[in-house]
Amino acid sequence: MWLTNSSVGRKMVMGITGLFLVLFVTFHVLMNAVALFSPEGYNAVCEFLGANWYAILGTLVLAAGFVIHIIYSFWLTLQNRRARGNDAYEVSKRPATVEWASQNMLVLGIIVVCFLIVHFVQFWAKMQLPELLGEHLEFTGMGYVYSAFGQVWTLPVYIIGFIALWFHMTHGFWSAFQSIGANNDVWLSRWKATAKVWATVVCLLFAVEAIWFTIEAQDKSNMDKYGINTEAVVENAVSDAIEAMGITITDVE
Amino acid sequence: MESNISFTLKVWRQAGPKEKGGFKNYEMKDIPTDTSFLEMLDILNEQLIEKGEEPIVFDHDCREGICGMCSLYINGHPHGPATGATTCQLYMRRFHDGETITVEPWRSAAFPVIKDLMVDRNAFDKIQQAGGYVSFNCGGAQDANAVLIPKTAADEAMDSATCIGCGACVAACKNGSAMLFVSAKVSQFALLPQGRAEAARRVKAMVSKMDELGFGNCTNTGACAAECPKNIKLSNIARMNREYLCAKIKD
Repeated sequence: MWLTNSSVGRKMVMGITGLFLVLFVTFHVLMNAVALFSPEGYNAVCEFLGANWYAILGTLVLAAGFVIHIIYSFWLTLQNRRARGNDAYEVSKRPATVEWASQNMLVLGIIVVCFLIVHFVQFWAKMQLPELLGEHLEFTGMGYVYSAFGQVWTLPVYIIGFIALWFHMTHGFWSAFQSIGANNDVWLSRWKATAKVWATVVCLLFAVEAIWFTIEAQDKSNMDKYGINTEAVVENAVSDAIEAMGITITDVE
Repeated sequence: MESNISFTLKVWRQAGPKEKGGFKNYEMKDIPTDTSFLEMLDILNEQLIEKGEEPIVFDHDCREGICGMCSLYINGHPHGPATGATTCQLYMRRFHDGETITVEPWRSAAFPVIKDLMVDRNAFDKIQQAGGYVSFNCGGAQDANAVLIPKTAADEAMDSATCIGCGACVAACKNGSAMLFVSAKVSQFALLPQGRAEAARRVKAMVSKMDELGFGNCTNTGACAAECPKNIKLSNIARMNREYLCAKIKD
């Protein structure tokens, strides 16, 4: 199969799944934006998606996109390292036109995935997962947002995630078009410019949302409104995060 | 202005393909800045021969930037710090007095070192043999303008055809990918009506040979095009991807 056997085919898979994820990220940031203007609207969006068949189908397609993109990235990197050989250059300089991000896509991707794990523990594991298991949901959509951003560490972690995502997308966006052959001398600079603008708008909007939620979460009345016990939340979130990292804490008596 | 400079040359020495290599330092005294880089290596080799040592092995042929034989990874750049020029077109005026100049062979699994700075670039010939040509029946030569070709296509094809197959793209690439070379060869034919007839077969054969020989996957860093002594453009790779994907989808 040429999608797995040929270098051009493999790069096309990487590009198509990458573009799909760019689309998803765009939808995600727009949905979050609803919460900036109307918390009730955001709750409605959460309820609308929930664990309905279309949301589950969407999640599965999305998960497949992520899994293929990640598996291919490691696979391609391994192949490329083998092709490079074991002898490294003593002196190696990056030409001025080569983007730093383009040579560090795997590292940036890993940072994004680490951020995703935290993000999943904070939201998906509490919103769609319990619903799938038929459990009762603790809060409404906004409740989860405030309970997550009520933590001091949430904002810095998210900002790191957004920065990594920005670098990853500035290269990934135009690179995808190059890989699927939709590029030439004129469009190269156009795609590059679009990639920069797109990634900046998306990541900036994400950051604005995260900062806004953090500010809002400081407001005790917001917390009360969604029935969040501030102290219990801190404890739960920390232990959840620790668990997510695969660390088991046993009480030492 | 011509002047003389003295510098340290840090050169990769490796006795054979299987031997372990290492760097060796050579002090170069009073080299005129108008000397070319390869002439400077000739001077060093003469000194080495006089001392009874093994001269440094490096590839070179035409010394006017068209044969594609010279290589050398100098101070972190294939073909040295000059842009749009091969090692043989590099002059010592690019360097400074007292500098240490590091000279390494191309490094890629598909280009194994033969000796010192000389690498085996047979892989490129094999890719060319897989499809980098146009088949035609012999006979009387056609009238020059029997097949009309737009000027833009002719220019573009000519630009792609200036690739000398030196392998600097592979040497510059962190993935050891040969896509700039292969795409230039694919493009120079795909752009012209004479090459169009076999375009699909050619691109499939050349890409599969490239993969078979162990070259890496392109990640679009653009280091190849930035370091190419013939300024082969990155858009060639997009064209090759397009040709390949269209050919595969049509199958």
